[in-house]
Amino acid sequence: MSNHPFPTLDRRGFLGLTAGLSVAALAGCGTGAPAPAAGAPRAGGRLRAAFAGGGAKEVLDPHLANLFLEAARSKALYDKLADFGDDVAPRPRLAEKWEPSADLTRWRITLRAAEFHDGRPVRAQDVLASYARILDPKRAFRAKASLGLIDLPNSRAIDDRTIEFALKRPYVEFPNVLASFSAYIIPESTEDFTNPVGSGPFAFVSFQPGKSTVLKRNPRYWEGAAHLDELEFVIANEESARVNALLGGQVDYAHDLAPVTARGHQGSDKLMLVRSPNSGIQAFAMKVDRPPFDNRDLREAMFLLADRQQLVDTTLSGAGQVANDLFGKGYQHYADDIPQRVRDLDRAKWLVKKAGAEGLKVKLDTSEAASGFVEAASVFADQAREAGIEIEVAVGNKDTFWADTLKNGSLSSFRSGAMPIESHFSQRLLSKSTTNVTKWARPEFDALYDKAVSTADDAARGAVYRDMQRTLHAEGGYLIWGFADWIIGTSPKVGGVATAPANTLDWARFDKVWLA
Amino acid sequence: MTLGHYALRRLLLGVVQVAAVATLVYLLVAALPGDAAVALAGDNPDPERIEQIRVAMGLDRPVWERFAEWLWGLTHGDFGVSIVSGRPVADFLADGLEPTLLLAGLTMLMLVPVSVLLGVASARREGGWLDRVVTTTAVGLHAIPEFTLAIVLIALFGVQLAWLPPTAVGTDGDLLAEPAVLVLPLIVLLARPICSISRLVRAAMIDAAASDYARHARRLGLSARRVRYAHALPNAVAPAVQQMARTTDWLLGGVVVVEAVFVIPGLGTILVDAVAGRDLPVIQGLAVLFAVTTVLVNLVADVVAFRLAPRAVT
Repeated sequence: MSNHPFPTLDRRGFLGLTAGLSVAALAGCGTGAPAPAAGAPRAGGRLRAAFAGGGAKEVLDPHLANLFLEAARSKALYDKLADFGDDVAPRPRLAEKWEPSADLTRWRITLRAAEFHDGRPVRAQDVLASYARILDPKRAFRAKASLGLIDLPNSRAIDDRTIEFALKRPYVEFPNVLASFSAYIIPESTEDFTNPVGSGPFAFVSFQPGKSTVLKRNPRYWEGAAHLDELEFVIANEESARVNALLGGQVDYAHDLAPVTARGHQGSDKLMLVRSPNSGIQAFAMKVDRPPFDNRDLREAMFLLADRQQLVDTTLSGAGQVANDLFGKGYQHYADDIPQRVRDLDRAKWLVKKAGAEGLKVKLDTSEAASGFVEAASVFADQAREAGIEIEVAVGNKDTFWADTLKNGSLSSFRSGAMPIESHFSQRLLSKSTTNVTKWARPEFDALYDKAVSTADDAARGAVYRDMQRTLHAEGGYLIWGFADWIIGTSPKVGGVATAPANTLDWARFDKVWLA
Repeated sequence: MTLGHYALRRLLLGVVQVAAVATLVYLLVAALPGDAAVALAGDNPDPERIEQIRVAMGLDRPVWERFAEWLWGLTHGDFGVSIVSGRPVADFLADGLEPTLLLAGLTMLMLVPVSVLLGVASARREGGWLDRVVTTTAVGLHAIPEFTLAIVLIALFGVQLAWLPPTAVGTDGDLLAEPAVLVLPLIVLLARPICSISRLVRAAMIDAAASDYARHARRLGLSARRVRYAHALPNAVAPAVQQMARTTDWLLGGVVVVEAVFVIPGLGTILVDAVAGRDLPVIQGLAVLFAVTTVLVNLVADVVAFRLAPRAVT
């Protein structure tokens, strides 16, 4: 099944080539994307897009969104205050601008003039009510943790289009919070989503859980009306079914295709491929708090014994690029000055010996939770054997894989989608991080993070982030070996599909798409 | 034993069977690693959030308590609500039942005449050209898993020749609105049972034609046609009826594969989603539905077989 449970923010995403396009792409534009040749933008038509779905449990409540499908649908119906550009840096959306106080604990947000589908204006009250709903202690919305540092009782609406947020501590990356996954703005006191009303480029028409959703153009969208008259999301969980539906002319857009499919249809005139290089982050996670990987030399040996090119060529069918044990290549603040690590079997063997780990047997936990996991694990096991380490590949339950590998084992498969490098640190690499798979917990690293997020100067902050990445590159727990392409298939008559990382602004952005 | 006694005894047994299946499925799913909260949290397994989801879903209550509650509801005809979406399970079942029932119903409707006809026809001239063609095709088709057959048919007729729609994407489960989407799934579902049942009918017809009573009937001067259709056929069809009941059970499972490949939002799709999401009440509802169907279909088949050939049932 390609219906991966909740392939959301942490899932594969990618680096796009069209950084900044989103800001420039106002109504009628969007031609900068390397989309299939479908001529000039044209208004009208109904586009059918096939996504993997969540079955009958799908919801229209944007705060409950979890699946790619739900993220794409939420984006069509609603807006966030900010969203991520192709470099995964925040861009203003409903927020026209943001201004922090000198101590970075108070943020003044100015809303642009926008209205909901029912004609009511988007007001500061709606924003505060939306965030209050997400932060409700009795509920478990996904964005709650990201919004957690907002001091809501002390935040207020100054007027209808100005909000002042109070934060619990200085935080210069607050715009990342405004862009966080599923932090959508809904009209105040909305709880019923059977007929959802948002401020997005498309308005609601009909919804059948697990089957389809039909939306129509919102002619009064603040950024200019969409090209399409109508947008229909249809569900096809199997990747092969999405491809077949596309080839058979039943849909115009098929989301999330496998590298093997892409290779098979390269140059086809029936199916256009839209691929974004350097994307989904592929890794193995070593837990640094327990044997055997509490030994720094052994971790370095693992870094050095990995044949990254072979992993990319085999498990990604070449649809990707090698990585350098660092998260978020091409994203804002990425440490691209650190030289690319290459395989050095002799040094790896020497380090294994130094660590006293010759003939070490270690279990690698993997599962079908993400495509390519099991294949990558077995290829890596062969590579490790050459350095004298015996890796036993253990295939576990895919539905509970993420929770299992957070707690148990010492080595596991890992992958992630696009998020700011700062979010990767705060969610996974601090002592108090809730999804710290590698169990990386260092007071001095925590201190560097605190220093970075309270440093207003961009260059100075970037320098701290680079220091942190240097440490991780040298002795961290993530062996990040590749960046996978994100692949979308469209029919030749579709234009305007951008190559943007999944879950960033220009990904699945159907208001910029047209049918020739 | 009279037919009425027999049916009543089987019906009571059926109730026990359904209860046993429901309990067993509950225990098995409860024994699966992880629960709905873990599955929902997915790749963002923040332990605190998982705990909150668990409380919100009522999963912090003991397993037996939830089971007892569900069982109590069931006796009132209440299937409960999905823990993941909060929608009534009965809605899920009603949603998925139509396409699945349509597929299974059409399959059975075509299966019976086609396979009996093929079986009888090939039995008429044992070893004749028709018999050999049917046998070769039957064995060949039987050897192909439905999944493979589906993919080959889609690639050929759906994509390459573009004669038929390759999937049912976009029909929203209303398959009759676009009947062409039914053709390939039906061929896939029919391929195997046609083979097994026509072979069964053929063998039974040959046996019956060679039996003592058929020989006796012929000696009494009855026409060969009368012997074949009035005497041999009912006896030959009795085992086939029971095989058809088994086919119905198989169909409920076989549609899972066919639904996935052809994107048909039926019960099979719902089951796969529910298991992946650990949505116990939905899985339970489906288990009861499948168990009841299986018991009823087998009961009807046995009663029919009893009527056709009373000694066949013990």
